Amino acid sequence: MTKASLLSRRGFIVGTGATGLTIGILASCAPSGTEADAPDYSDLPPNDEVNAWVHIDHDDTVTVRIARSEMGQGTLTGLAQLVAEELDCDWDKVTTEYPTPGENLRRERVWRDYSTGGSQGIRGSQDYVREGAAAAKAMLIEAAANEWGVPASECTSENSVITHGSSGRTATYGSVAGAASKLAPPLEVTLKDPADWKIIGQAKKRLDTADKLTGKQVYGADIQMDGMLNAAIKQAPKIGASLASFDASAVESMPGVKKVVAVKNPFGEGNNAVAVIADHWWQANKALEALPIEWQGGVDFSTAEFEAELDEGLTAEEAFVGNGGGDLAAAFGAADRMVEATYNMPLQNHACMEPMNTTALYTEDGCEIWCPTQNGEAALAAVSEASGLPIEQCEVHKIHLGGGFGRRGMPDYVHQSVMLAMEIPGTPVKMLWSREESMMHGFFHPTTKARVRGSLDADGNLTGLHLRISGQSILAALIPQALQNGVDYATFQGLLPSGVDPRLEDQTLKYSFDNFLVDHAMRNPPVRPGFWRGVNLNQNAIYLECFMDELAHAAGRDPLEFRLAHLSDSPLAAAVLQAVADKSGWGSDDGKARGLCVMYGFGAYVAACAEVTVDDDGALSIDRIVAATDPGYAVNPQQIEAQVEGSFVYGLSAMLYGEITYEGGEVQERNFDTYNSMRIADMPEVETIIMPSGGFWGGVGEPTIAVAAPAVLNAIYAATGKRVRQLPIKDQDLRNA
Amino acid sequence: MATLKINGKSVTVDVEDDTPLLWVLREQVGLTGAKYGCGIAQCGTCTIHVDGSPVRSCVYPVGALSGEEEITTIEGLSEDASHPVQQAWAELDIPQCGYCQPGMIMAVAGMLNDNPNPTDEDIDAEITNICRCGTLARVRKGIKLAVEKA
Ligand code: FES
Ligand code: FES
Repeated sequence: MTKASLLSRRGFIVGTGATGLTIGILASCAPSGTEADAPDYSDLPPNDEVNAWVHIDHDDTVTVRIARSEMGQGTLTGLAQLVAEELDCDWDKVTTEYPTPGENLRRERVWRDYSTGGSQGIRGSQDYVREGAAAAKAMLIEAAANEWGVPASECTSENSVITHGSSGRTATYGSVAGAASKLAPPLEVTLKDPADWKIIGQAKKRLDTADKLTGKQVYGADIQMDGMLNAAIKQAPKIGASLASFDASAVESMPGVKKVVAVKNPFGEGNNAVAVIADHWWQANKALEALPIEWQGGVDFSTAEFEAELDEGLTAEEAFVGNGGGDLAAAFGAADRMVEATYNMPLQNHACMEPMNTTALYTEDGCEIWCPTQNGEAALAAVSEASGLPIEQCEVHKIHLGGGFGRRGMPDYVHQSVMLAMEIPGTPVKMLWSREESMMHGFFHPTTKARVRGSLDADGNLTGLHLRISGQSILAALIPQALQNGVDYATFQGLLPSGVDPRLEDQTLKYSFDNFLVDHAMRNPPVRPGFWRGVNLNQNAIYLECFMDELAHAAGRDPLEFRLAHLSDSPLAAAVLQAVADKSGWGSDDGKARGLCVMYGFGAYVAACAEVTVDDDGALSIDRIVAATDPGYAVNPQQIEAQVEGSFVYGLSAMLYGEITYEGGEVQERNFDTYNSMRIADMPEVETIIMPSGGFWGGVGEPTIAVAAPAVLNAIYAATGKRVRQLPIKDQDLRNA
Repeated sequence: MATLKINGKSVTVDVEDDTPLLWVLREQVGLTGAKYGCGIAQCGTCTIHVDGSPVRSCVYPVGALSGEEEITTIEGLSEDASHPVQQAWAELDIPQCGYCQPGMIMAVAGMLNDNPNPTDEDIDAEITNICRCGTLARVRKGIKLAVEKA
């Protein structure tokens, strides 16, 4: 079986074999067992892979290699659909596996990028994944043709069977896969015309559901190995603080405790954490809570102080320009009236359901980890860096993630787990963060404010717009080399002109404005920001789309008509907006309070119309959402629908409750009691319109999050006459203005 | 030492009395279906049944059990994923990352034990589990489908 052959190539595995570890996770994406009455192929040697993407067993089981991580968004199934389509294989025989990042390195990165983020899982790899499958199909056909002594061009493929046209002879993929694996790959392949797709575009069920219904699915937090120890960790609560001392003797005799260790800061000098390693995690955590620890240094940062810095940025002279055109000063000078609003977005935590964790095993010969990661290759590099071992002696075994949302692209927890395993060579150590650690030590959705001003002429036309963002840059903190002359263009997601950066071409502004300016006064608090599902598109959608609503009302115009007036250059954006308006009953006199939003981000056009009621006590009920998305090609409509629904939960949880604040340099919200998330009672019905216009590959997992909050905020205004410009809504008074 | 009845079997564990049932199940018994999400009874990922009723096992000390109670975890909900809730979940393809789903399924199955035909208001009041992937809309549909299947 291919899994075995993949794993046996792990040169460093000597250590693992010697300790005789049984590892309880490798079955997680392996094919299910053969049926009792199936033919017996046990006499035959196992087939080699057809190519890097595809392995086919004698019984026709197709194993598709998936480099990207599955963290809930259905990427695994979508990518398998792309492969199955070009392979012409039987979908019911498809299974998947993760090739390891170490294997990728040894095979000269044959699977290319492992990073899973930016809604890139499918759109960022669809071309080479489909080409790989098409090449495998060509090799299977050629193998059959060779056996029959006929030209390959006379053979066709369908549903895992090759047929020779004139003779009518047939061969199953499984019967020729061995021969195919020995052939040279074709120099060129032609991908199918989308009109001929049979598997792409179908609402296939996910391939990873069964084990998620029975408790069988193994997550990082669930890993069990023979002899494994468990670690609980506490990091310096205060930003920038380090470990001064701890008194291990106070806890060493507690049940199960094996070792108490200082842990080095993965990103700086000195130790900034302490961990207890014990037989069981519960014991480790209990001892850690009882452990006397002294911290030193750190920054006395508070959210309130930083807000003042952001306020200063709102009107600062200097700012980085992200987009603009025309003559704004002239437009403002000639205004019949000006409209102005200031918005405020807090820090937010990813709050993945599964707290951060990694299991690591360190021996003299190598170091390997079992890790829920969004970026297997970055995790591999982190293992090498933390262990000091050459990367060839390191390995990462990826596991399905219990949520990622951007948090699990960061390697801090990988470093820590390797350092803990190095304390006890030869013994696997599972490190699991508590929920409190996961809340306090996030890479937060950045905090920004915006001051937006617009000028209207006497006829209610928008003549000028200035959108000033003040606040935190993700790139400045995490990837400073990606700044361009100091500018973080990612800050302007959804507001950018075309042509500024090829990597941001999928994040451009679709409205046309005559005179406008979008700029950013960068103000960076000492808090680490991160890529949080949807990234900067989320705030920018609130700034732009809530303000467009304010402008429309100030101008006495219909918010739909007002928006469409600026979308004449983007028929696709206009189409999604019109679609939600039509379906929701926009403009009807049924007395419902509705709000609209339209955005373009991650290469997809998205829109939403929300319907809300606010009762006399100010209690908000989000009654109905109509959402539309045009991702170009829709690989799996039912999964897109699931992502659209889920995006409202993520986006509206942030709008309702999501806020991380600092006092004295420490995060105040440390668990779900103070950092709440939407429950089913808050959840509206979501009607999703999927309208793939074809010709491009847009993202699915993130863009819709951006339209969730603005549509609801605009509906709240329609219901109450009150503008909410500060998030989260939490305790704000929503009673009628 | 405690002897417990878990999924119809008698199990003896050597554990301090204050250990939450969640960690007994996960670390002593090897049943990792119930998940750790918050440890303070907020998220519901650790939901199991004690005598058929849903319980957040992260705050349920093992010492509070007499040993007579029937403890059911997701692994024991059915032999072969045939419980109506599991069937409905499969049909609607509900899980995304899936981490919250064992708790979600157990919370729903527990509710249906007591209240086989819940109204939307009952669902709102009784199903308060967190799902960060956002399966909540499908969960409501799933509950209704499970009621039909039961
Ligand atoms: S882990 Fe028990 S309710 Fe969250
Ligand atoms: S499915 Fe991921 S948290 Fe619920």
